Amino acid sequence: MHNLVILFWPSIIDGITTGAIYALMALGYTLVYGVLRLINFAHSEVFMVGTFASLFTLHALGITNSPGGIEAVGVFLLITIAAMAASGLAAIAVERVAYRPLRKRNSTSLASLISAIGMSFFLQEVFALRYGRDLIPFPRILQKTVWFHIGNGEVRSDKVLVVLGSLVMMLILDRFVNGTRLGRGIRAVAQDPSTAVLMGVNIDRVVTLTFLLGGIMAGAAAMLYGTFYEVTQYNIGFVIGIKGFTAAVLGGIGNIRGALIGGFALGLVETFGGAIFHAQWIDVVSFSVLVLVLLFRPTGILGESLQRAKA
Amino acid sequence: MAMTAKKLNQVTESALEPISRAATLVSSKWHNGPRWVRFVGFLVVIALAVLAPAQSIGNFMAPQSDWRTILFYPIGSYILLALGLNVVVGLAGMLDLGYVAFFAIGGYTMAVLGVNYNWTFWEILPVGVAAAALSGVLLGAPTLRLRGDYLAIVTLGFGEIIQRVANNLAITGGPTGISGIPHPPSIGHISSLTYGVLDARPYYYLELAMIIVVLFFTARLEKSRVGRGWVALREDEDAAELMGVPTFTFKIWAFAIGASVGGLSGVVYAAKVIAITPENYPLLLSVLILVCVVLGGSGNRIGVIAGAFLVAWLPERFRGLANYRILIFGAMLVLMMIFRPGGILPARRRRAELLEGRGGGAHLGAEIDIEQTSPETEV
Repeated sequence: MHNLVILFWPSIIDGITTGAIYALMALGYTLVYGVLRLINFAHSEVFMVGTFASLFTLHALGITNSPGGIEAVGVFLLITIAAMAASGLAAIAVERVAYRPLRKRNSTSLASLISAIGMSFFLQEVFALRYGRDLIPFPRILQKTVWFHIGNGEVRSDKVLVVLGSLVMMLILDRFVNGTRLGRGIRAVAQDPSTAVLMGVNIDRVVTLTFLLGGIMAGAAAMLYGTFYEVTQYNIGFVIGIKGFTAAVLGGIGNIRGALIGGFALGLVETFGGAIFHAQWIDVVSFSVLVLVLLFRPTGILGESLQRAKA
Repeated sequence: MAMTAKKLNQVTESALEPISRAATLVSSKWHNGPRWVRFVGFLVVIALAVLAPAQSIGNFMAPQSDWRTILFYPIGSYILLALGLNVVVGLAGMLDLGYVAFFAIGGYTMAVLGVNYNWTFWEILPVGVAAAALSGVLLGAPTLRLRGDYLAIVTLGFGEIIQRVANNLAITGGPTGISGIPHPPSIGHISSLTYGVLDARPYYYLELAMIIVVLFFTARLEKSRVGRGWVALREDEDAAELMGVPTFTFKIWAFAIGASVGGLSGVVYAAKVIAITPENYPLLLSVLILVCVVLGGSGNRIGVIAGAFLVAWLPERFRGLANYRILIFGAMLVLMMIFRPGGILPARRRRAELLEGRGGGAHLGAEIDIEQTSPETEV
C-alpha cells in the first residue's frame, strides 16, 4: 500500500499516456467491428506499418536529434502524415485482400478471422525479412523535459504530446462519424446493413472508409508510440494490438466513445495494477479486470453499437 | 480491378471444381458404403501411422530435421490439440483464442507432480486431464454467457494469464521453468516402447494411441445427445434453447472436454521434453491450433487432422526456404480462406450450408452481403 501512495500521481499520468495510445488502437477495432461484426486481427500490423513509415520519414529527412522551433512542428506534421497515410493504405489493403473476397463469397466469420491472421503473418514477415528481427531505435525528436509536477508526478513534454495528440484525433473522428454525410453512412451500416443498402448506401465504399479511418487512427497511434517509446520492430503491433482490442471490448466494442473510455481505463488499470502488485502481474491484473467487467456488464462499460454512441 | 478479380475467381473456381467434386464423391461413398469398408480403411490408416517413423519416409518428409522428433512435436501434438479444440470451435461453435492454456496446465501438472512429488506418468495423466477439465469449467462457468467475440477476448486473456502466472510463481519455476521431468515408465523390453531421451518413437506411439482414443471418443460423442445439442447451439443458440437444449450445460461440457484433450496433450508433451518453460506456451500456439482447425475444416475430424498435419509439417519440410516459410504460410492462409472457406475437408453439414449460401456458424458474428442479409435482431 505504501507503494501506492508514492506511485499514485505517476501512475495516473502514465496510465493516461499509455491509455491514450490504447484508445487510438481500440478505435480501429471498434469501427471495423461496428460495421462488419469482425475482429480485425490484422489491425496490429496496420499499426506496425505506421511506426515504420514515421521512422523512414525521419531517416529521409536526415534527422538525428531533436529539432527546435518551427522546424519541429514541420517534422511532426510530416511524420504524422506519413504514418497515417501508410497505415491507412495498409488497412485498405488488408480489407481488399483478406476481407472483401470472403465477404463477397458470404463465408463464415471464422474464415475471415483466419485470413486476417494469415495477412498478419504475411505483413510481419515482409518487414522482418526486409528490416531484420531486432528492435530498431528511433532518433529522439522531442526533448523529454519535465514541464511541471502534479503531486509527485512529472508532467513531461512527450506525455503531453501523446495525450493531446490522441485527444485531437479522437475528437476529429467523433465529429466525422457523428457529423458528416460519410459518417452517417457508417452509422447506418452499423445499425442495419440491409436497410442501409436499400436506402442507397454504397456498402463497399463504407467498409473501405471504415478501414481507412481505423488505419488513420492506428497511424496516429504509431507516430505517438514512436516518439514516446522510440523503438519499433516487425512484431511491435502484437502486444499493442491485444491491448487495443482489450480496451475496445472493455469500453463496449462497436462503440466509439466506449473505445475512448476503455483505452484510458485499461491504461490506468495497468499502471495501478503494477503499483499495487508488481510489474510482472500487470497483464494478469488487466485481464482479470476485463473478465470482471464483462461479468457484470456483458457488453462492456458503455455497451455495443456505433449508432447508440450518439446518445 | 473488380473485373479481373471476378475473372480470377471464375478461373480458380472452375479449376477447383473437379477436385471438390471428387472429394464429395469419395466422402459420400465413404459415408454410405458398407461398414467393413470403413473398418478396413481405418485399419490401413492406423497401419500407415504405425509405420510412419520409418527412416525412408523420414528422408522424404523431413530431410533437414529428425523426423521422429517432428512426428511427436509438432505433428502429433498439434493433431491432438486440434482435435480437442475442434470440439469447442468446430462442434459447439465457440471461439477460443486461449486454448494453449490447457496445454500448459497439463504440462505443468506433469512437471510439478513428477519433479516435486515423484509421481509417475500414469498416475499424473488422469490428474493432469482432470486439472485441465476443471480449469475449463472454472473459466467457462462465468464467461460462457458472453457472446462469441467477447468469449474470444476472455479466452485469449485466460491464455495470457496462465502463461504469466507460470512465469511469476515459484512453484512453476518462474521464467526458467521446471526441468528433470520424468519419462513414462518403459513397457517390456521392446525398443520402440522404451522411453528414453534420444528416441522419439515411443512417445509418438503413445501419442498415436491417444489420438485414436480421442478420435473414437469424439466420434461417439458427436453422434450423442450432447453432440447434436452442440450442433444445434452452433447454428442458432436461441432456437436451440427454445427447443429445450440446455445450452449452458452443453457449452460447459464442450469446454471441459476440449480442455481435457488439451491437458492430455500437455502431459504427454512435458513427459517427453524433460524441461518446460512458460515460453513453450505462447499465444501464437493458440492461434496456430485454431488455424489447424479452420484450415482443415472446422467440425470435421479427418479434415482437422489433415489441417494440423499440414500446419505442423509444412514449415519443417521447407526448412530450406528458412526465411520465407512463414511469409508463404500467411499468404497460403489467405488464399485458402478465399477459395475454400470451409477448409480442406469441410464438415458435411457445413458444406451443405455453404452450398445454400448461409455460411453457418452465424452467431460468431454476422456477415454482410448485399443479396441476402439476415436481419440483425440483437441490438
